[in-house]
Amino acid sequence: MSGSYFQRDRDWHPPALTPSYKTSILRSPRQALLSLPTSHSEETGPVFGHDILGPLDNDLIRNFAKDGAEAIGQRIVVYGRVLDEAGRPVRGALLEVWQANAGGRYRHKKESYLAALDPNFGGCGRAITDEEGRYSFRTVKPGAYPWPNGVNDWRPAHIHFSVFGHAFAQRLITQMYFEGDPMIWQCPIVRTIPDAAAIEQLVAALDRHATIPMDSLAYKFDIVLRGRRSTMFENRMEGN
Amino acid sequence: MVQRLDYLKESPSQTAGPYVHIGTNPNWVEITGVWRDDLGLVLAGPETKGERVILEGRVLDGAGNPVRDALIEIWQADADGLHNAPAETRGAADPAFAGWGRQPVSEADGTFRFETIRPGRVPWPDGRLQAPHVTVWIVARGINLGLHTRLYFGDEQQANAADPLLNRIPEPARRATLVAPRTSRDGLPVFTFDIRLQGEAETVFLDM
Ligand SMILES: [Fe+3]
Repeated sequence: MSGSYFQRDRDWHPPALTPSYKTSILRSPRQALLSLPTSHSEETGPVFGHDILGPLDNDLIRNFAKDGAEAIGQRIVVYGRVLDEAGRPVRGALLEVWQANAGGRYRHKKESYLAALDPNFGGCGRAITDEEGRYSFRTVKPGAYPWPNGVNDWRPAHIHFSVFGHAFAQRLITQMYFEGDPMIWQCPIVRTIPDAAAIEQLVAALDRHATIPMDSLAYKFDIVLRGRRSTMFENRMEGN
Repeated sequence: MVQRLDYLKESPSQTAGPYVHIGTNPNWVEITGVWRDDLGLVLAGPETKGERVILEGRVLDGAGNPVRDALIEIWQADADGLHNAPAETRGAADPAFAGWGRQPVSEADGTFRFETIRPGRVPWPDGRLQAPHVTVWIVARGINLGLHTRLYFGDEQQANAADPLLNRIPEPARRATLVAPRTSRDGLPVFTFDIRLQGEAETVFLDM
């Protein structure tokens, strides 16, 4: 038994109904959620082995490129750790990322933005954290893009992250933003998060020490998943 | 002043957006050659123990229209009620059953479909056995934080009537939103689970 998970702080997350993000209006539940203790069904979850990964899965500059070519754009490394709310590293966490290319264009059949496709950029990658919860990707910095919401709404540069911890209760999808981008603060999707400190938790820091000289800038992005209760007064400190 | 607790805050959620499939199902959106198989398409193989069942349904918005860009994940126990996960400590689950599935809904009509097995019973924290169920997680554009719910099987009336979760739903009429009615097709039981995000008959979503 892995123990029950800390209650989710739903004031830290965006609420379901956020009218400035118009799509949420018809897609937001209006009834109270049913509160429950977690059971085995939510305290377990799928865990993936490093054997699913190919050598270029975390290299978006090359994993879709043809014949030794590389994606166009500002080269960056994104690295960090996955931790839980108790500060413990989450080992073996699968991260899946997706993003627009350097011009702000996604490779997707429903995408209609006029920015050019990069024939050497697919926009997806994945990694699994090591024993200390660390991961890294290499990619190009995505461009900002306009989207249909208000008549002139733009998304700041961002990378989407899907994260699996050890429990289905920890499943999370979020987005990473870039330090110093003034567009973060005008975005209706960013602003679904009510607390500015919570938004700042999604802003990756430019890390000059982790840059690769004459090659890539680096951004640090740590991710925190839900924590679980310790079983402090039991003989065996399971799961600690 | 008192000593500070050094807990961290969970990273806040952001919507999966319209292009979630690029990251989760790249082959499905024709981004091929990056990795071979999208994860989660197959739950059960010929070696898997248990009764084969089909789970299918749609995600409907507050106007009753199908959400055509949703992504559904399911997680469930094997035929003996054990999960194929390192966090499972009660025994070894069927190695031929992943227990986790993931499907984008169809663009044409918004339906999803999982071929899986009927799960065994899993204990509630107090030790009582829950009715067989499948944990369901829904993300899409316009959903700010992934929604958790559960599918129960319509032909398990007795177990459902005693299920601790279903009995916590204050309005008995809303319990039905988690119970998928059974039909059959090609000799296989089909359980239909329509997820209503909002409005009359809104599905019960969970905070656990
Ligand atoms: Fe995006």
